[in-house]
Amino acid sequence: MVAQNVAFWIIAIAMVLSAIGVVRTSNVVHAALYLVIVLAGAAAQYILLAAEFVAWVQVLIYIGAVVILFLFGIMLTRSPMGDLDLDNSQRMPAFVASLALVGTLTALLVDAFGNSKVVIDAPTKTSVLSSDIFRLYIVPFEAVSILLLAALVGAIVLARRD
Amino acid sequence: MYRLALQTSTEYAEKTEIASPWLISHAWVIPLLMVLSFVIILLFGKRMPKRGAEVGITAVGAAFVMSCITVFQWIQHVDKSLEGEGGSALSGFGKSFAFSTPGESSVAPITQTWDWWSNGLIKFTAGIQIDGLAVMMLFVVTFISLLVHVYSTAYMEHDTRYTYFYAALSLFTGSMLVLVVADNSLMLLAGWELVGVCSFMLIGHWWEEKPNSSAAIKAFLTTRTGDIGLLLGVIVTFFAAGQTFNLTEINEAALAGRGGHTIWLVGASLLLMGIIGKSGQFPLHTWLPDAMAGPTPVSALIHAATMVVAGVYLGGRLYGVFWQGFSIGDGGMNPMAIIGAITIIVGALLAFVQDDIKKVLAYSTISQLGYMVMGLGVGAWVGAIFHLFTHAFFKALLFLGAGSISHSGSHHSFDMKKDMGGLRKFMPITFATFMIGSAALAGVVPLAGFWSKDEILATAGQSGFHFFQIVGIAGAVLTAAYMTRCIYLTFFGEYRGHHHPHESPKAITVPLIILAVFSTVAGLANAAPLGIEKFVEYVEPRQAFPPIVVPEFEGILAAVSVMAVLLSVGVCSYLWFRKDQLGPFKGLTQRNAAARGGYTFLVNKYYLDVLYTDVVVGGIKGPLARSAYWFNQNILDGVVNGIGRGAPAIGRGLYKYVDQGTVDSAYNGLAKETGAAGGLLRRLQSGQVQRYALLIVIAIAIFSIALILAK
Amino acid sequence: MILNQFLILAAVLFCIGIYGVLVRRNGVLVLMSIELMLNAVNLNLIAFSAYLQETSGQIFVLFVITIAAAEVGVGLAIILLLFRNFRSPDLDQAQQLKG
Repeated sequence: MVAQNVAFWIIAIAMVLSAIGVVRTSNVVHAALYLVIVLAGAAAQYILLAAEFVAWVQVLIYIGAVVILFLFGIMLTRSPMGDLDLDNSQRMPAFVASLALVGTLTALLVDAFGNSKVVIDAPTKTSVLSSDIFRLYIVPFEAVSILLLAALVGAIVLARRD
Repeated sequence: MYRLALQTSTEYAEKTEIASPWLISHAWVIPLLMVLSFVIILLFGKRMPKRGAEVGITAVGAAFVMSCITVFQWIQHVDKSLEGEGGSALSGFGKSFAFSTPGESSVAPITQTWDWWSNGLIKFTAGIQIDGLAVMMLFVVTFISLLVHVYSTAYMEHDTRYTYFYAALSLFTGSMLVLVVADNSLMLLAGWELVGVCSFMLIGHWWEEKPNSSAAIKAFLTTRTGDIGLLLGVIVTFFAAGQTFNLTEINEAALAGRGGHTIWLVGASLLLMGIIGKSGQFPLHTWLPDAMAGPTPVSALIHAATMVVAGVYLGGRLYGVFWQGFSIGDGGMNPMAIIGAITIIVGALLAFVQDDIKKVLAYSTISQLGYMVMGLGVGAWVGAIFHLFTHAFFKALLFLGAGSISHSGSHHSFDMKKDMGGLRKFMPITFATFMIGSAALAGVVPLAGFWSKDEILATAGQSGFHFFQIVGIAGAVLTAAYMTRCIYLTFFGEYRGHHHPHESPKAITVPLIILAVFSTVAGLANAAPLGIEKFVEYVEPRQAFPPIVVPEFEGILAAVSVMAVLLSVGVCSYLWFRKDQLGPFKGLTQRNAAARGGYTFLVNKYYLDVLYTDVVVGGIKGPLARSAYWFNQNILDGVVNGIGRGAPAIGRGLYKYVDQGTVDSAYNGLAKETGAAGGLLRRLQSGQVQRYALLIVIAIAIFSIALILAK
Repeated sequence: MILNQFLILAAVLFCIGIYGVLVRRNGVLVLMSIELMLNAVNLNLIAFSAYLQETSGQIFVLFVITIAAAEVGVGLAIILLLFRNFRSPDLDQAQQLKG
């Protein structure tokens, strides 16, 4: 239990710092690299929570595909490299609003869940997940596949030059 | 009627030896066949020697044969079950005139269910439910569709989208069959929507001309208005019946009054909305006459076997819900009967002022559908469904007859006053069959329409709905009158067209003759005075069904209605056939202001279309746009400009009354303040997404803090 | 481990994401911040899945990941279009709706 808690805190601090890096850095490529750390940290948290399959999906899709997409996006839009002011003028109000939201959310969570413990017996088996997806959630599954197709077509239509 | 169908089916059964109940429990192959035919025609139709028509005709022919077999098997099944229970022994069709009273024995529908899909923990099933109503519909739909398929080979011969037409026809039939065999309201809904899509495709078949495509869109949108009711009704009944889509279970729950009366009243009203849309009931009937823009065979199919009867079928299928929701058993007024009665009169009156022969028939269909819905509303379940059955034959006959006239007699025109007249000499077969169809429609003894109409009227009277009985007789009188006018204008007098009318080819006349035979004898399937009550015996459900009245035959009522009809025909003929046509009434609309007003009112279809397009749509669109514009001009601009403009005004006032020395600074100050206020307002409207997002987030933060503090 | 440590971590990440969405000018960076928010939600779902000993939370995370991938695809296409029209990936270039 102690080991898990130690791991959690190390990862959590790394995630929060990198997340702040994503929104604070003045170099676009660095932001993408910070994002990788946050995503990897999330995968690690999933493993702590015994969701192995989801963790690996996270690594494959997010770190493997989405971040690459981002790098392509940076490249294609010829985002200026180097140290530049990447923020607009509403830094202060945005900071205050976000801080207020963190405060309220934390207050609510502490109020609602207090010291409820997460008890983990064994990692979730992938076979259980797959049988649930294909038995109980087959319709959402199909709907999502149609959505992916539509997004693919939409992205091509938007991005092609004609 | 059954006797005829059965003789053919026995022959088939003997030949093919499929008399086992296999087919009836696998009736899903019938719709599947039509869907397959659709796919095949779509993919390969163009390359086939007959451009796809052969596939469609073969498929619908096979579906018809199979439907006949299911009819035969269902009758055997009922007989066997009744014998097994020691009920009245019915040793076969035809020779037995005995019938059993529903309720004393129970013959369950034959059902089959599969798991369709599940979401979370709710399972959705697909299934078929074959009972008397379903086999009757299977027979009617495939029969009419077969004739329409054959007829179209000649009628649509030179059409550019011939293959596509047949594909759509197949899908149309298939979706109607899905609706018919469905055992749950979800599948029924799916079939219902598919029928709507197909009717859209077929009504707009000649979409190159604007009115046709507009008619298709109108039909689609108007029925969709009702479909929303159906969708909500399905949802309400799903929960009211304890989370089930199964039709029998819904009926049972409704009859038991589970969950209170109100929920069923809501459910029944919503379902009635679906019926009003689909079955062309007042006030959503306006799409039906416009749907005449489609090819005539399609009109025949829409009006006789698919689409519009879907609504009546729904009423018959979920009758328990309507019975409970509208308290039909109590004999009071209920929305269903009232809507039906209004539709009868509204439709019949409109039929008088039409010059287009197809529109006369369309309004006649509206009126007849009113009979069916009113029949359901007054507890005449058997009468309504029986009328659906007989109406299918004579209305298909009349439409195909009108198509025959336009094909060979009036050169693709449907205008009775301009291009027809005197056609009886040129088109004897069309004339004879059209006469039979009209007589059956008007309810002349002993043709099909008489028996079914009489059944509805007798039940209405004996269940205590005397008002609706009178409406029904009035409707019959009007029907006879407008059909007399229609026949006179089309077939008698001098030929007014400029072509060479001739009789139509065999592919057109043979279906007409077959339909004429059926229009003559179909009524004998449930001819109460002759002791034949096949519909009560085989079609009426015996389970999950309310205790409806099986009417005694009333000689006086029948005599009154027949006399009224004949009198109406007589008077009208006398007026039309006089040398001076219409005699004293000629030119009445020119001479009499009241008559002219009535005529204009009818020609404009009670101004319902005006109401919908100008008042409802325009009323929402126009003022909405105007008020938005006004809001923009006067409020939004006003806030900004008004401050700017008002301030100088105040300033001028000050200048006038206050010492100039102090004014200068005050005036300048005010102007600056207004400028600042305007600038502040303008900053909100920055055009930047992130500025808007910031406002949203701030609002969320404030609200959540407020909620926490309030707690 | 208590449930709240995951939930509060998720809340913090979510609000950092919101901050990023609000202040970043570059469209690609805004999309990255949106990914931060989505990940925070996923972390919540997984935490509840473990807490309630139920798999549906994990299944929904799988769906969210799929949809996020689709969203990034379409979002980058939109930003590419923006770039072509304004010669810059900055979102505050697009202010045609300014009043």
